[in-house]
Order: sequence, then structure tokens, then C-alpha cells
Amino acid sequence: MSDSLAGRMGASSAASPYGQQQSSANLADILERVLDKGIVIAGDIKINLLDIELLTIKLRLLVASVDKAKEMGIDWWEHDPSLSSRARPHQAAGASQDASAVEAENARLRAEIAELRAAVGLPATSAAGAGQDALPGRVETETETETEEGGRSK
Amino acid sequence: MTEEAVPAAGQEMSYVYAVCRAGTPVETALAGQPGLEGAPLRTVRAGELAALVSSVPSVSYGTEGVKAQMEDLDRLEVLARTHHAVVEAAYEHAAVLPMRLVTVYLDDGRVGEMLGARAPEFSALLARLEGHVELGVKIYADPREAVAVTGGAPETDTAASPGRAYLQRRRSQQRNHRETYRAAGSVAAEVPARVDGIARAHVAHRPQQGDLAQAAGENILNDAYLVQDAQADAFRAALAGLADDVPGVRVEITGPWAPYSFATPPAAAEGDTR
Repeated sequence: MSDSLAGRMGASSAASPYGQQQSSANLADILERVLDKGIVIAGDIKINLLDIELLTIKLRLLVASVDKAKEMGIDWWEHDPSLSSRARPHQAAGASQDASAVEAENARLRAEIAELRAAVGLPATSAAGAGQDALPGRVETETETETEEGGRSK
Repeated sequence: MTEEAVPAAGQEMSYVYAVCRAGTPVETALAGQPGLEGAPLRTVRAGELAALVSSVPSVSYGTEGVKAQMEDLDRLEVLARTHHAVVEAAYEHAAVLPMRLVTVYLDDGRVGEMLGARAPEFSALLARLEGHVELGVKIYADPREAVAVTGGAPETDTAASPGRAYLQRRRSQQRNHRETYRAAGSVAAEVPARVDGIARAHVAHRPQQGDLAQAAGENILNDAYLVQDAQADAFRAALAGLADDVPGVRVEITGPWAPYSFATPPAAAEGDTR
């Protein structure tokens, strides 16, 4: 499946003795294991493993370490709009609003889908579309609330 | 510890790929074979253990160098594949504990100290993993493939108005989507029962997504099982045909892998099993 990857690997001086059996392994499977599994010991060189995990997230390779990073309280990507829809803040008003925040986000996403459909001029549905059809009237009001809150990003 | 250690430019450091028992065929079989940057592999012994090591330039493997390698997908790929290739080649000869990518020490002496300090833990893990391999099980849901197999939406009335045809099509897509995911869930739920008595341990990985998850469909299950060498074929056989008559659901078995997913101390690994 990854001929080009295998080819690139072949070019590496290090690969040749093992190259053949390697070409079949998928890079995602390998990265998942060598970056996220195995024995973790801090060597002499101070390499921040968390940095490495987050770098891989940044590279959008695999999101294998998100849960682990979260456990350690690292969640900057949630505030980065290019990495998470949750970067749009609507949680400022208090913790009790978590549930309604989810609903609001749901509505906002539906509204966005409706807008996109309208913009394309097609009632196109996404290949992965789940859930029910948006209710246009309701969505519009939700959209307005969202827009008002949209100002305080980050 | 020497966390502040800053190797001089041009200096070489010791990159550790894996730890094995001293005196196993790994030592002789891999000694001299090329590792990262083409440098020959060697082993560093301490007591009953040996670390599989090669020299790497401090320029590329110091803090800054590693960051640069990690940020360049091509270089990261070479690094990851070479690391993995060495681990895998070693694992063909004897049980090894794979290190996390880029475990680097100033010199072999420091590697020896690390081995000595961790000896009881490493010995226990090796004892647990000897004679075992890791097999990956991935399950994908692909509603589009389900449509292709079942011939799309045959109930769509071509004479209907465009609006109604659209709704029919959409409803049928939604139904297909739901059914495919439900079927994938059922297939996933059947895996543990099928491999019961064959698998020794189980770890759930996060489903793959993102640019590198190139396979068709969505990965809904991504697990690793620890299986005895001799049982690897039985494991595959147990899962054979699992999704053969389930359109849109695909089962992929990867490996055998060195037991990366089980090379954490048992206490931690059990937290992950279910």
C-alpha cells in the first residue's frame, strides 16, 4: 500500500538489511508504536517526550497521544482553531453550561453545514453525514447567539 | 542525572533501540549491521542484560536536532522505520524490549548504568514477553463500500420530484451509514470472544485518523493483542472471515510485531486492558 514510502526507505542507507520485511508495514502503525509505546526512559539528552507527542499531533500524523497529553493537563490544541472546533469559546459563562454548550456547538455545526450547502447552491449532503436534517428556522437563531459570542476567541 | 549534559559538536552519542538478555543470539546476529545513519549496531552489557545500541552524531540527536527531525515527516519516517527495523530484526532472534523512539545516552557507560538501575524491571518484563508476539487488529467501517456492495439505493424512485428523490437518497444514505457503523460495532464486539484462550493480553489503541490513516473507511477499533509465537496462526484463523459477509466492514490484522504495546511495566499495561 505504501510503495512510495518503501521506496524512500530503500534510499536510506540504514534500511537495506531490513528493508524487505519493512515495506509492508504501514507508517501509521509504526509511528503509533515507536512514538507512543515501548519502554519510556529519560535518556541523557533532555528530549521532552511530550513535545514529541504534540509535534506529531501538529503534523496531524495520528492523534494517538491526545488522551495522554490531556491527562497531563496539556490542551493547547483545543484553543488552536486549526486543530479543534472547540477553540471557539462558549464555555466562559460557567461550568453548569457544559451541556448547553454542547448543544450550542451542535447547533452551530448544523448551521455551518446549512450555510455551506447554501453557499454551494446545492442541497449536498456529506458522505459521512450522520444525524438528522437541520431545522433551518431553529438553526438561524442559534447562529446569531453564536456569532455574538464569537468575538472572544483565545 | 546529567540532564544538563550538552555534548560537544561532532561528538557521538549512544542511541538505544532495545534491551535483551545478554548472551542471546541477538547480540551476534545484529552486531555490525547498520543502524541509524548507517552506523554499526553493537551491544552494551550490564549483568544479565544487554542494550542494542549504535552511535549517532550529537548534532542530529541532541535536543534541537531531534526536534528538527520530528518536525520533518520524511526524516521522522526514516528515523521511525529504521528504529522499528532494528527492533524487528532483533526480535526475530530473541525477546527484546523496544525503547521509545530517540532514547539517547551520552555514551555506552551511561547506557550500562541505566541497564543496571532498571535490571529487575527489565528482567520481569522480558520474562513476561519471551515467546510472545504482538498482533494488531483494526476494524474499519466504510459506508460507501457498503453502498457499492448492496447496489446503492435501489428503492429510490427515479420518477419522483427532485426534492423527494433527494430526501429518499439522503434517508437511504443515513440508514446505510447507521447500519454500517452498527455492523462494525458488532464485528468489533465479537473479537474478544473469538480470541479468548489464544490472546494473553490486550491493549486498546486510539483509532487511527489524520493524514496517515490512509485506509478507506473510518478506523473504529485499533487494538493490540499479546499472543504466544506458536499461537499467531491460530489467532489469525480465529478471526478469519469475521466480516466476510458484512458489507462495508473490514478487519485488518497487522504484525507480528515486537511487543511494543506490552513493553510497559505490568501495572501500567493492565490499566489499559479491558
